[in-house]
Amino acid sequence: MMTVTLIAIVALMATFLTWIVRQTINVQPWEATSTPDDGRGRLPSFLTTPRVGLIVVMAAITSLFALIISAYNGRMMIGSDWVSVDIPAILWGNTLVLVLSSMFLHLAWRASADGDRGAARVRLLLGGASALLFIAGQAVAWMQLRRSGLPLAVNPASAFFVLVTALHVLHLLGGLVAWVRAYARLEGASEPRRAEAGIGLCTIYWHFLLGIWLILFGLLLIT
Amino acid sequence: MAAHGYDAVSDAPPAEIGEMELPHAHTWVGKYVWSQDAKVIAIQYGITATAIGLVALVLSILIRLQLGFPGAFSLIDPSSYLQHVSMHGMIMVVYLLTALFLGGFGNYLIPLMCGARDMAFPFLNMLSYWIYLLAVLILVASFFVDGGASGAGWTLYPPQAITEGTPGSGLGIVLMLVSLIVFIIGFTMGGLNYIVTVLQLRCRGMTLMRLPLTVWGIFMATVLALLAFPALLVASIMMIFDHLLGTSFFMPTMLTISEQRGHEGGSPLLFQHLFWFFGHPEVYIVALPAFGIVSDLIAVHARRAIFGYRMMVWALVAIGGLSFVVWAHHMYVSGMKPSFGFFFATTTLVIAVPTAIKVYNWILTLWKGNIRLTVPMLFALGFLFTFLNGGLSGLFLGNATVDVPLSDTYFVVGHFHMVMAVAPILVIFGAIYHWFPKMTGRMYNGPLAQVHFWVTFLGTYAIYYPMHFIGLAGVPRRYYAYGETAFVDESVMTLNAGITIAALVVALVQVLFLFNLVWSAFRGKPAGSNPWKATTLEWQTPETPPGHGNWGDELPVVYRWAYDYAVPDAREDYVPQTVPADSGPATVRDEKPLS
Amino acid sequence: MAIAVALILLLAASVLFYFLSPWQLLPLASNWKAIDTTISISFWVCGFVFVAVVLFMVWSILRYRYDERRRSGYDPENKKLEAWLTGLTTVGIAALLAPGLIVWADFVTVPEDAHRVAVVGSQWHWQFRYPGEDGELGAVHVRHTGPGNPLGIDPEDPAGQDDIVIDEPVLRLPVGLPVELVMTSRDVIHNFNMPHFRTKMDVLPGQMSYFWFTPADVGEWQAICAELCGIGHYAMASTIRVLEVSEFDEWLARQPTFAQLQALDPGDPESGRAVYARCTACHGDRGQGNPATNAPAIAGMEPWYLRRQLQLFKEGARGTAPDDQYGAQMKPFADMLDRQQMRDVAAWVHGLEGSAGSATISGDEQRGRRLYRTCGNCHGADGEGHRIRNAPRLAGTSDWYVARQIRNFRDGIRGRHPQDPYGSQMIGMVQYLNDEEDVHDVVSYINTLGAAATGSGSTSAGGE
Repeated sequence: MMTVTLIAIVALMATFLTWIVRQTINVQPWEATSTPDDGRGRLPSFLTTPRVGLIVVMAAITSLFALIISAYNGRMMIGSDWVSVDIPAILWGNTLVLVLSSMFLHLAWRASADGDRGAARVRLLLGGASALLFIAGQAVAWMQLRRSGLPLAVNPASAFFVLVTALHVLHLLGGLVAWVRAYARLEGASEPRRAEAGIGLCTIYWHFLLGIWLILFGLLLIT
Repeated sequence: MAAHGYDAVSDAPPAEIGEMELPHAHTWVGKYVWSQDAKVIAIQYGITATAIGLVALVLSILIRLQLGFPGAFSLIDPSSYLQHVSMHGMIMVVYLLTALFLGGFGNYLIPLMCGARDMAFPFLNMLSYWIYLLAVLILVASFFVDGGASGAGWTLYPPQAITEGTPGSGLGIVLMLVSLIVFIIGFTMGGLNYIVTVLQLRCRGMTLMRLPLTVWGIFMATVLALLAFPALLVASIMMIFDHLLGTSFFMPTMLTISEQRGHEGGSPLLFQHLFWFFGHPEVYIVALPAFGIVSDLIAVHARRAIFGYRMMVWALVAIGGLSFVVWAHHMYVSGMKPSFGFFFATTTLVIAVPTAIKVYNWILTLWKGNIRLTVPMLFALGFLFTFLNGGLSGLFLGNATVDVPLSDTYFVVGHFHMVMAVAPILVIFGAIYHWFPKMTGRMYNGPLAQVHFWVTFLGTYAIYYPMHFIGLAGVPRRYYAYGETAFVDESVMTLNAGITIAALVVALVQVLFLFNLVWSAFRGKPAGSNPWKATTLEWQTPETPPGHGNWGDELPVVYRWAYDYAVPDAREDYVPQTVPADSGPATVRDEKPLS
Repeated sequence: MAIAVALILLLAASVLFYFLSPWQLLPLASNWKAIDTTISISFWVCGFVFVAVVLFMVWSILRYRYDERRRSGYDPENKKLEAWLTGLTTVGIAALLAPGLIVWADFVTVPEDAHRVAVVGSQWHWQFRYPGEDGELGAVHVRHTGPGNPLGIDPEDPAGQDDIVIDEPVLRLPVGLPVELVMTSRDVIHNFNMPHFRTKMDVLPGQMSYFWFTPADVGEWQAICAELCGIGHYAMASTIRVLEVSEFDEWLARQPTFAQLQALDPGDPESGRAVYARCTACHGDRGQGNPATNAPAIAGMEPWYLRRQLQLFKEGARGTAPDDQYGAQMKPFADMLDRQQMRDVAAWVHGLEGSAGSATISGDEQRGRRLYRTCGNCHGADGEGHRIRNAPRLAGTSDWYVARQIRNFRDGIRGRHPQDPYGSQMIGMVQYLNDEEDVHDVVSYINTLGAAATGSGSTSAGGE
């Protein structure tokens, strides 16, 4: 029942523990030095503080969705009352929109790195707009599901459908808050490169949520 | 305090190791209410957690009054008894212990001990506190709604948590779940800070293996919390769905006095798996910071390098990792697949090995030490004794076979109070006394603190140790009264009355503790900046209490680990971490064989 | 140094407590000696570690107490010592785990020859079911639960027809034969805990759980609920009666099968009318009751409740306690009735429409409302009564009578008899109604429920 979670957690913990052990093995901690020896324990420089923060958040979110998937599988195996949901066709479109959104953000990131404010602005706006479109599309999917006559209360499959998609959308909404900040930063900054870090963070998060969505969508499709 | 010009530091270290711009506030409200200073946030966490903890303490007294003197108080009816039990448990575990260790001690100590100016994301850190406060307020509101707070036990098992027949199964449980969700969101913002600060903002020279164990403990606990709390989040959301939208994630077909409910086919065991996937790491979320802190208390007050530092670190890491694969030892008699018992009994008993190593190393630190029996040290010793006792009784319950007769009895109540209530609380008290001089610049009142220690330590042992034995005799837990339970002997009633009196005394002495803190904060003797002659960075701050930004003009630079006590040939019996190796007469480079 | 002394004293007291405390494992009544052995092993291994570690700690505190002229030893680690300690601990852990796992394997493996008994938990009582002659338990589902079918046996399933349903919390078992209890719940999670037998397991809705044991001796024990299941949790007990095999077989043969129960005549009101003639002198011709004769209003009472009480009176389980003078007045009348007459008269009384008359007790209704919230969990928020909770209607009954019964339960005048498990449950439930004021307040609140609920409720599930 908890296999998916265990795999995810073990993978996360293993990465983390390997790093810890690499940093701590073969160290004689009681040895004092006359100069501060800095190298050890420092993360590589491309991992800036905000990026490390984002990685930590994404680890927690990974755990969250792994648990949901575990619960999904567990409930599906137990109940004889599981009626597979006919996936609303619009989900294919939504998926495409989310891919586009991710792509636009990535291009905006590149543009800001190149110092091209105009391109960055357009692409950032397109990215945000397509994210909003995705959310609207998901809402349409819920309404279609509701009209198709499988109310939440009767079928655990439709309840899970709403639960996982809603949680995913909530995380995307959280991302849009960061997106607004990145946009404001781009407008306010004297030099587009100053907004690069923020747009970059958004992009990484977008790709991450796209990955989560593809997994969830796959799960909904095969069950 | 706000006046330091950090930009003007001539020998400024590279920005990525800790130099940061701080949002300096200029108004009183900005400094002490909407503060982004981790130390102020720590104290806000501390005060809020203590306040809600006092509510839980009062609830525990009400529980004890009913158990000790059944029938004497008609307003403690079966419903309110269960509500007291549930709220007491939930508040103590989540809203007091977790919040105090991570939000309180984490915020105060991590930046100071790492040599950072502040947490990595001060704004989020502030937000974390206010969201925590909101969670507490929602929880408190559940006392006052129609039907009262949830009485489902802190484990909140469905179906009963949301079924009539359980007090608070209407609005009470919804508020409880919402409060937990809010708490988890707030905690994630804080936890993010604790981890990133430890990883990114350590000052120059502060390698991972030079970190004090306190930081290691809080760091590992935060890692666990960030991965485990989502399980509670998912479970809470799904239960709200079941309750308000009529879905059947956890709710099976059932028959109650309002006829069959609409639910069908849900799995109550699914909730238990999710709950304990959070619930067991939660034990270590509380225990690991206590392990870390107590290591430092023992080293400082025994004037001796912590024994086997590396083993201590790896044991923390190992316990943290293993804690994710032991959850179902709470479920041996839950009706889950019996074969799981083999796996979980084994993993559970394996986790005892790194834990035992920690106990040995604490005691081997005392051995050959130069032990000052200060109040923090007394609490640390009290912790060792209590934790040893509670840890060993855990070996009973972790062993599936032994657990069968003992589960759901007072043996369990005795065990978990020893190991995850009293033991961590003793550490919290010890830690508060230990760092009080740094936080206020003044010393606590010694005699009052001594009274506090003796009554708390002896009193709690008298409360919880005998519980194991009435549990052995089969006395079930979460019972309002034992009148119709034929095998519960009259002598148990006498014991229960005694335990209640002990509990009243222990509760009363906590008032003395709070009085001591408040009084000493204003009237205590000035303590100086490093009264314990400790090596770690927080005792080397230019100001006491440390100002916003902690370090004045220059970040500290670290040349040695946190445990250079009684270094042979050193001038003093301690060498602060900021002292370079070549400044003193000698440092030790070779491992010395034990004689 | 006080701490060293204190730790030594605590250690000594802890060890002595183990040997001298009056609280030990209850006398074993099953085959699970092995479980007791694993507990003993745990005590000895853990006790040894506890004593050794604390002694070493105390010795260190004394030997290395503070001396400002001295410095601590400096040895940051000692790999050999740590390896030894780790190794020894691992051995200790293995010594605990190995026997534990061996016994666990035994505990979860039901012997082939075990006979099965089904246990059903619900808020807040236990019911049982034996497989009958075909040796097979019929299928059950909550949706079949209803009048005459308290366990929800599938009426279509042939295997269920000869099942024997025990609708009282008494589990009878033959001595010396291994038994597997297969358990399920109708509502929330319960736990069937048999402390003398060392076994317990959660009882879940929508799922089966099991454990097995062999009763070792003839006698009577108690099973209790060990999983928090709501406000009646602490009053959810069952008797376990272990009988000689022959005695058990004889008893089982006497029990009606499910099919026979289904076919049972529910009682004929018209015949009941004739029987009721003997009751009118006290209870009134319309069942309205009469305070002067200490006879409560019974009009409209649920038949199942009337039958149960008549049976209790007849068996001497009610009306025989020394202080129960009014119960004693009732007993001879119940003695006159056979089972069929009881069914008939109950059916007649159920149809009567007499009213209890005006309230005779007044109290603080608001306070009573709060006190009543415990009662409402079984008797219903409107006092309408619920068959599935074995709780009779309270609304519209004689208030003086309700008050007297509360006092009787609280003082153990009613409900102490071993044949009256639901009475015993009430003793547990009314304990928080301490004094006259509490009783008056709660009864005055019940009075306010009167009009609203009369006649409803009994139609709810199982209103036979």
